[in-house]
Amino acid sequence: MSADALATGGRTTRAGRGRRTGKRAFPGQRLLGLAGILGFLATWELIPRLGLIDAKYLPPASEVVMALVRDLGLTAFWVSVGETMKAWFLGLVLAIVLAVVLGFVIGSSTFLRRATNSTVEFLRPIPSVALIPLAVLLFGVKLESSLMLITYAAFWQVLIQVLYGVADVDMVANNTAKTYGLGPLARIRYVVFPTALPYLMTGVRLAATVALVLAITAELVIGSPGLGREIALAQSGGAISGMYALVLATGLIGVVINALMRLIEKKTLSWHSSVRSEVIL
Amino acid sequence: MKALKTLGYVLALPVLLVLLWWASTLGAVNFFVPTPAALVQKFAQTWFGPRFFSDVLPSIGRLLVGVVAAIAIGVVGGVVIGSVRWLRALLEPTLEFFRAIPPPVLVPVLMLLMGITDSMKIAVIISGCVWPVLLNTIEGVRAVDGVLSDSAHTYGISGWARVRYLVLPSASPQILAGVRQSLSLGLILMVISEMFASSSGLGFTIVQFQRSFAIPEMWSGIVVLGLLGVTMSFIFQWAERNILRWYHGQKEVENAA
Repeated sequence: MSADALATGGRTTRAGRGRRTGKRAFPGQRLLGLAGILGFLATWELIPRLGLIDAKYLPPASEVVMALVRDLGLTAFWVSVGETMKAWFLGLVLAIVLAVVLGFVIGSSTFLRRATNSTVEFLRPIPSVALIPLAVLLFGVKLESSLMLITYAAFWQVLIQVLYGVADVDMVANNTAKTYGLGPLARIRYVVFPTALPYLMTGVRLAATVALVLAITAELVIGSPGLGREIALAQSGGAISGMYALVLATGLIGVVINALMRLIEKKTLSWHSSVRSEVIL
Repeated sequence: MKALKTLGYVLALPVLLVLLWWASTLGAVNFFVPTPAALVQKFAQTWFGPRFFSDVLPSIGRLLVGVVAAIAIGVVGGVVIGSVRWLRALLEPTLEFFRAIPPPVLVPVLMLLMGITDSMKIAVIISGCVWPVLLNTIEGVRAVDGVLSDSAHTYGISGWARVRYLVLPSASPQILAGVRQSLSLGLILMVISEMFASSSGLGFTIVQFQRSFAIPEMWSGIVVLGLLGVTMSFIFQWAERNILRWYHGQKEVENAA
């Protein structure tokens, strides 16, 4: 209690001098955030109750939350979550492996980098949803079509970051390693890889979000099994609060994935100055 | 000579890939893969006709309206939320949750609320694209340099002038990073909203081709979407270079030091 009061006191003097002192949380920030979420739910509850939007189309928050709680007890719900997460994970891993291998090969040769630049810049902005019809033709309504879309979308995120990372290698460090007799493989392991790792992790974090979007999209549009298909089914079947509950569930999965990726990034880069400095300051 | 070499680097691989494609479709005709010549022919036939006005232009129009509205809402909202500390603390967790919702799930929701209309499709694009811009703007506004902020305060710069000359410029690198994300998201959402619920537009037409097994036409549609993505990316890069010229220059100086 006293420590809390002390911290508050210290904070107010700091805050008095410069308001924008950075990322540190002030006491009550979490509480305020919680109030924001509650306020949002209350607004949502009131809009259909007051009749601003018909409750048929926007059920009150309490009903949707109840539906979500009910879902959490159902095996069918967890099976769909499992399907979505399976597609997400396999697609992401496939994309990361491909991008890392290609990225290191292309990145470590100036010739290859220059020769592939135009092609990469051309292929990268092609929206992966453009491939939906192709995926349906080739694989039908199956996991493979989801995987194709997810891998395509996530691949570029990681590849670009790996290419940046490999290009960022310190020439002095690389030449020093060469002088000490480190072979090409050892240099990749001890010089290039640590340099590229922060970039790689950024790419993986971005790719994880994109992969979730594409996993849901594939299920929604193509109809491969998973949460997205359940949402489409609930909507066309008129199970409206069930649909909103599933939308909430996808949001929660997104939050969990974001938190997980930040955690992994922090753990794998605990040696890196960008993470260490946050701890010291 | 040097320009020629650069041109070679730019063109060599694409030309090689097209040649490979041409060579591999030379003999037996694969049902799924058209020859390059057939694709080019179908491309011209399919898209340079009435379809350009009935499907392509409306799609692009919706995309532009949606993205521009999302950027405007995101920047204005972000500046307001970013400059008021209690507001930021109040709203940030909720906004983070909204960003974490995969935007495509909003298509069925908005379809329910607004019916299958043009404004529904625009609303889908806005509601998906606004979060990266909004959250990045908040982050950028929050990270305004303290010394600059104090100096501006000392010189009595406040209100609109402060936003125009201090807050927006220093947040612009972050804002543009958000805009880049929302551009590609907008294109995806445009296509999905049309694939899911529509009777016109690029997404609808491409799915229609696929369902009627008009394979070369379907491929040509994929090419149109690709070209659209590439064009948007080039326009964005051009805009970013101009808007952030000072920033890239500053980074170069910092890196050189």
